Amino acid sequence: MRTTLRSRSLRVLGRGLLAAAALGALGALGACHMEPWVKPYERDHLADPVMSFDRDPVSSVYTDHVHEVREGSRGATGSAGGGCGCN
Amino acid sequence: MIQRIGILLLIVVAALVRSAVGGVLPEDRVDVLLHSFDGGGITIQGPSLLVRKQFAQKFSVSANYYIDKVQSASIDVITTASPYTEERKQWSVGLDYLHDRWMLNVGVIDSEEPDYSSKTFSFGVSQDLFGDLTTVSLGYSLGNNEVRRRGDPTFREPMQTQSYRLGISQILTKNLLMGFSFETISDEGFLNNPYRQIRYVDPSSPQGYSYEREVYPRTRTSDAASLRLRYYLPWRAAIYGEYRAYSDTWQIKASTYEIGYTHPHKGWLFDGMLRLYDQPHGASFYSDLFPYANSQNFMARHKELSIFTSTDVRLQASYDIIKGGWKFLDKGTLNIVYDHMLFDYQNFRDLRVTGMTPGTEPLYNFDADVLQVFVSFWF
Repeated sequence: MRTTLRSRSLRVLGRGLLAAAALGALGALGACHMEPWVKPYERDHLADPVMSFDRDPVSSVYTDHVHEVREGSRGATGSAGGGCGCN
Repeated sequence: MIQRIGILLLIVVAALVRSAVGGVLPEDRVDVLLHSFDGGGITIQGPSLLVRKQFAQKFSVSANYYIDKVQSASIDVITTASPYTEERKQWSVGLDYLHDRWMLNVGVIDSEEPDYSSKTFSFGVSQDLFGDLTTVSLGYSLGNNEVRRRGDPTFREPMQTQSYRLGISQILTKNLLMGFSFETISDEGFLNNPYRQIRYVDPSSPQGYSYEREVYPRTRTSDAASLRLRYYLPWRAAIYGEYRAYSDTWQIKASTYEIGYTHPHKGWLFDGMLRLYDQPHGASFYSDLFPYANSQNFMARHKELSIFTSTDVRLQASYDIIKGGWKFLDKGTLNIVYDHMLFDYQNFRDLRVTGMTPGTEPLYNFDADVLQVFVSFWF
């Protein structure tokens, strides 16, 4: 029991440190200056509402919930949910 | 304690790292949605209200209130229990903070239903990189839940969920966007439904089988990764697709495929989508019919853990009801989203059919209609 608790704590600490390292790496990358291959004035198509991955968050969160409670899989949908609604 | 240190570490590192130039906060908008699900003997209806507002030029606050009114006579319920009605209420608040290219967000979700309570805290950080061609985001959520059972006030079981998320949004060309997500979710505690039962062969029973309660492992860890692409077509329309792969420590494996097309026409925006879900591996402890009582340490007959496929066909129409602004509103849309879903199970049998040898009943399937009607206003 004690070993399980210790290994779980180490795992959580490991993930925390990994996340901290990833954030540090993000900061370092942010300091890099790179010439973008798609210039800001060439992004009008990308800014069009038809190109939005999540045009209506209120609807996408609901749809993800409908799928998640009826499927065995979960995660990587882009929206954060909570609760259950599946008992 | 160590968990708290981990979370604190994330916050401190995020606050310390600095850079230059600016990102964009989400738009100010309000959405009022009515939703309806009807299928498999279950109807679920209710409203959802979402409000988002910027303030002090660096913050954006959001709040959501959501209700599910459930009437259930599902196949599980009618074969082993009695139809019931219940209500789930959920509220959530979130705060985004923009600092140069960094966006920090925190959120809380609280969900209550008669036999389940859930409180979820989430934290995230994202940054624009490489001339704003790339946005990388990291997120963490911690959910503390309590599972209860109607008619048994002494039954209270805890369950904890932790989620770690990585997201990358990438501009590939002038017309092509890519999104990548990876999420690990870890659960610990009481993970099964407190009502659902498995069935086992019982020659002494008139129907040839009897029921007993499900028993699940008390831990589960899952990994899911998705890749999305969206392409702008020459006639101002978009085509999009998504693939998601999933696996977990219960041996469930699944793939999701999605393809769609978005087309504007005058004040309208039309969207059509096809989504296929394939779960070729169910949970290792799932069975439609166990050989005898207590035949395994862990036993499930939850159809979502079985082998099955589902198909979702979606049609969406949005109409600009406010163009060019009106009083304090910049824009408004009326939206209708209709999904028709088909679920086809490969090793979950329809026990409403009686008089057959156990294990030879027809396989179960059902279809569902899902409707969303909502208005959105930008201000």
